[in-house]
Amino acid sequence: MRYSGWQVIKQGLSGNRGWKPAWRDPAPKAEYDVVIIGGGGHGLATAYYLAKEHGLTNIAVLEKGYLGGGNVGRNTTIVRANYGLEGNSQFYSHSLKLWEGLEQDLNYNVMHSQRGIVNLFHSDGQRDAYARRGNMMMAQGDDAILLDREGCRKLMPFLDYDQTRFPIFGGLYHKRGGTARHDAVAWGYARGADQRGVDLIQKCEVTGIDVENGKVVGVQTSRGAIRAKKVAMCAAGRSGQVAAMAGMRLPIESTVLQAFVTEGLKPVIDNVITYGMGHFYISQSDKGGLVFGGDIDFYASYASRGNLPMMEHVMEAGMTLMPMIGKAKLLRSWGGIMDMSSDGSPIIDKTHIDGLYVNAGWCYGGFKATPASGHCYAHLIATDRPHEAATRHRLDRFNTGRIMDEESKGSQHNLH
Amino acid sequence: MRIKCPLCGDRDSREFTPMGHETYMNRPDDEGWSPAWDNYLHLRDNPAGITREMWYHGAGCTSWLRVERDTVTHDILRVELAADVKRGNS
Repeated sequence: MRYSGWQVIKQGLSGNRGWKPAWRDPAPKAEYDVVIIGGGGHGLATAYYLAKEHGLTNIAVLEKGYLGGGNVGRNTTIVRANYGLEGNSQFYSHSLKLWEGLEQDLNYNVMHSQRGIVNLFHSDGQRDAYARRGNMMMAQGDDAILLDREGCRKLMPFLDYDQTRFPIFGGLYHKRGGTARHDAVAWGYARGADQRGVDLIQKCEVTGIDVENGKVVGVQTSRGAIRAKKVAMCAAGRSGQVAAMAGMRLPIESTVLQAFVTEGLKPVIDNVITYGMGHFYISQSDKGGLVFGGDIDFYASYASRGNLPMMEHVMEAGMTLMPMIGKAKLLRSWGGIMDMSSDGSPIIDKTHIDGLYVNAGWCYGGFKATPASGHCYAHLIATDRPHEAATRHRLDRFNTGRIMDEESKGSQHNLH
Repeated sequence: MRIKCPLCGDRDSREFTPMGHETYMNRPDDEGWSPAWDNYLHLRDNPAGITREMWYHGAGCTSWLRVERDTVTHDILRVELAADVKRGNS
């Protein structure tokens, strides 16, 4: 069924009895051309673009839980293309362009809202760094505006401009950035893939990857063995465990990143705001909740929940930036498992095993990458050549020294 | 989360900084680049379950510790001085 305003009216007038499930619930077949391990945003997007752009439809997405039950449903929904590093810059720019046509492409309302992102800066040095980043964004063909303090005050009058510790000098305004409804992105891709014949198989955990003579031949699952010509790992957060089934070790440690949401409030924050002196970023959901997050908890974790010290740190940062937030009541907090790569950038590449592909290491930036990750990964799987927007996201870059260190911190696990 | 430092006793985890997997205790001797450096800096088993890590007690005795921890439950199972581990006294 094609979704439209007309359908909403028609179904509304006929008791909403005509809506069909958005995707099937098929049993796994004995063999597929491509098996994708992981039914999150990236896995579903990969399946969608494989079917749409490369004409492959004999595809299964295997998900051990339910579709979109991992990080695509556990993030702070921010969409942006404000990267500066060669390679990342092209990739996230590609992603934002895909976002801008996504709802029409999928015929699904992902509530993509280009409400703008302001990265605040708090010193002369930070202003220089942000001006440079803005220039790099513009050189890439994206948008950036350097706001001074008064420009920020006009957009965000509620920030604490009088604090002496971390005074607000201005902000880098990325107008095409914004937010999207995270679950809807997974659902939209799932529906689009299913409509093109992809089998989305839930509650099907992959327990082994079968390799014969250096070539992948299938997977073992909790619902039986499935043969496959190609197998695509796409289980960020759990990449290490999945890769271990193929005897691989990845340059990844999993940690936990917490996020928080307050009770629903009247509209107060128009944009996404990031704090330059404390790890804190915030936006307001369409439902009214203030959605915000901070830094990772920094120790290896698969617990999907964080601890109180980081929560306290995030609340303190929020209070120094916008004291009004202290009146809001926190409704929920949660944690997502982050695939932290040692240089802070993701991996989309082939592996040493023929027909086995890896998509991993998204750190805390996977959501905005969803369309491009799926698009580039599908291109790689279908053609065995990297997409031009993802040529540098190689698995061997750590060993060859071609690391992608966006934050210039180094390539070591405790640095990102 | 609380960590029982062998020297300072039971302390709040905020006094400590995690450095990462205990791989960091064994720096390769190779002068040039080698697979050993890739293993040391990058590649990890990344277990869901028991792991051993380096933690630094910066707001306490400033010792380097080896902490055995469960990454699924956040339980701290065993804490030793890294120096003792290196000397084989653990």
